[in-house]
Amino acid sequence: MTNSAALLRERIQVTLGTRCEPAFLSKKRLEESLPSVVGEIPRGALTEIAGPPSSGRTALLHSLLAASCAVPEFCALLDANDTFDPESAAAAGVRLSQVLWVRCGGNVESAFKAADLLTQAGGFGLVAIDLGDSNEKRVYRIPLTIWFRLRHAVENTRTVVVVVARQINARSCSALKIELSRNRALWKGRLLGCLLDGFRVTAQTVRKHQTQERQFHIEP
Amino acid sequence: MFVCLHAPGNLPLLVECARHFSPLIEETAPDAVIFDIRGLNWVFGSPEQIAHEIEQRVGIAANLAIACNPDAALHAARGFRGVTILPLGEEAAILAPLPLFLLGGSPEFARILDLWGIRTFGQFASLPALGVAARLGDEGVQMQQRARGEDDRQLRLLVDPLVFCEERELEDAVNLLEPLLFLFSQMLRELCERLRFHGRSTNEMHVRLKLERAADHIATLRLPVPMLDAKVLIKLLQLELNDRPPPAPVERIRIELMPVEPRSTQHGLFLPASPEPEKLEITLARIRGLVGAENIGFAELMNTYRPDRFRLRPLKMAAPVAVPLRPKLTLRRLRPACPAQVLCADGKPARITSSQGRGQVVASAGPWNLSGDWWSDEVWDRQSWDIEVRNGGVFQVYRERQTDWFIAGHYD
Repeated sequence: MTNSAALLRERIQVTLGTRCEPAFLSKKRLEESLPSVVGEIPRGALTEIAGPPSSGRTALLHSLLAASCAVPEFCALLDANDTFDPESAAAAGVRLSQVLWVRCGGNVESAFKAADLLTQAGGFGLVAIDLGDSNEKRVYRIPLTIWFRLRHAVENTRTVVVVVARQINARSCSALKIELSRNRALWKGRLLGCLLDGFRVTAQTVRKHQTQERQFHIEP
Repeated sequence: MFVCLHAPGNLPLLVECARHFSPLIEETAPDAVIFDIRGLNWVFGSPEQIAHEIEQRVGIAANLAIACNPDAALHAARGFRGVTILPLGEEAAILAPLPLFLLGGSPEFARILDLWGIRTFGQFASLPALGVAARLGDEGVQMQQRARGEDDRQLRLLVDPLVFCEERELEDAVNLLEPLLFLFSQMLRELCERLRFHGRSTNEMHVRLKLERAADHIATLRLPVPMLDAKVLIKLLQLELNDRPPPAPVERIRIELMPVEPRSTQHGLFLPASPEPEKLEITLARIRGLVGAENIGFAELMNTYRPDRFRLRPLKMAAPVAVPLRPKLTLRRLRPACPAQVLCADGKPARITSSQGRGQVVASAGPWNLSGDWWSDEVWDRQSWDIEVRNGGVFQVYRERQTDWFIAGHYD
């Protein structure tokens, strides 16, 4: 029922979109991609976020989850190493009641199996696989066929698949690669009045063989 | 013909007695039941004989009245001791001496009749109908018809609660899941068909398997939304039994579906797509099989200051809102917290060594003193710091009860 309604909506948008600008345009823009601080994240494709610890990967992931929840959509987070902190996520604007959290207890294979099931089931706006604390070599050894399968499962859908890891792994399967590095941690105040004031981060995005670099501030 | 049984404080007994004579029963009041006895004259004979049979059956001191309409039977049973039979056309004459308070009605109505000096059914029945209609309205007309024993109405029947349950006794005990699934499939299809017939769905399924030389195996599936798709229920049951198979061969199967109102959702044309509940439930059941039921759900923060306290809840969609795109500093938690050795200088962490790495602390913020649950066994007390390690990450570390150091996680 939901899918048929979505299909009907899509058809009406395609047919009447140009004639009824005010009614459809803003919605259409929203649905083609997910806005983020590093640019538009494409729907129906795989996006990789890579970087060392404390480089802002999780902050970026949470901002994507918050953006998706705000649409509103359901999201799924496949947490390979059980590192998700609901408190931080809620502070970042993530609606926890819309995020299906799957704790995989260090099992990368379970995370990918669950991701496969969720992308095949459909209906999720964002499916995120968090491999940020998994063994780099183990993640790199994931066969390319699995990445292809994941990419293929979300093709022609509205689902964004985001993978967070220490390095880029999916090679040609990902439509967007975001590599993050921390320039410096910002501290304000002195001695006992000192506070962590966020990070200054550089993001290098690779989209269709074009590289773009931008800097942004992660707020406390 | 209708029978009214009246005995204060014995309603279950009266209903039980009525069930022996008729399926059409009304629980009229806490002290009275009325039931339809049309056709019983072929079995027992005259109304007197029927009354005698009922009297024998009820076994307690109860007033019994037989009349051609329910209300006349009720008034007679309330007003006269023992057995009263009201032949057709003589109701008004028999009911005439009864006091008016037995008629019921609003306090205002009773007050007006009292002012008029009307005390009995007979006095009220003898008033001119047009005058009663002009002065007391519809209620007065209806009450006068009752006082005359002329008011006819349908019984408000006592309906048994709907039970959707199927049981199968197996000739030989079955050990494998696959042949059992054939039986489950057949039983669930029948149950779903019955639910559909009654305009109901289900949100809970209870399965009890009687095992050979072992205790019964019980499986309960609670669904987030009412469903009526037998295929979905079979799949969910299959996944449940795959995870938790019966430990011995099965001798008897009992499946019960709890009936609920069906789901009625108006889908908005311009709402974003969300997972179909049936499909999502199967997907979640499969993932539960992979990671365990306790590791999947929608997090909900608990009302406490203690860090990392949450519980997993079912999903819920909220209205759209605007969210700023700027990322916020986030903690990646280590579960369980990683033990660390921290050297302090001037009361601040200066060097850290742990399995997450080692190094000199170049910047730190804290201490943040946190404590709670001192009124229970789960008392906690910690001193928390944010630290930046040279050529490393930015960590949140804490000292538990002024002794051991741990890394809670790193900011990312």
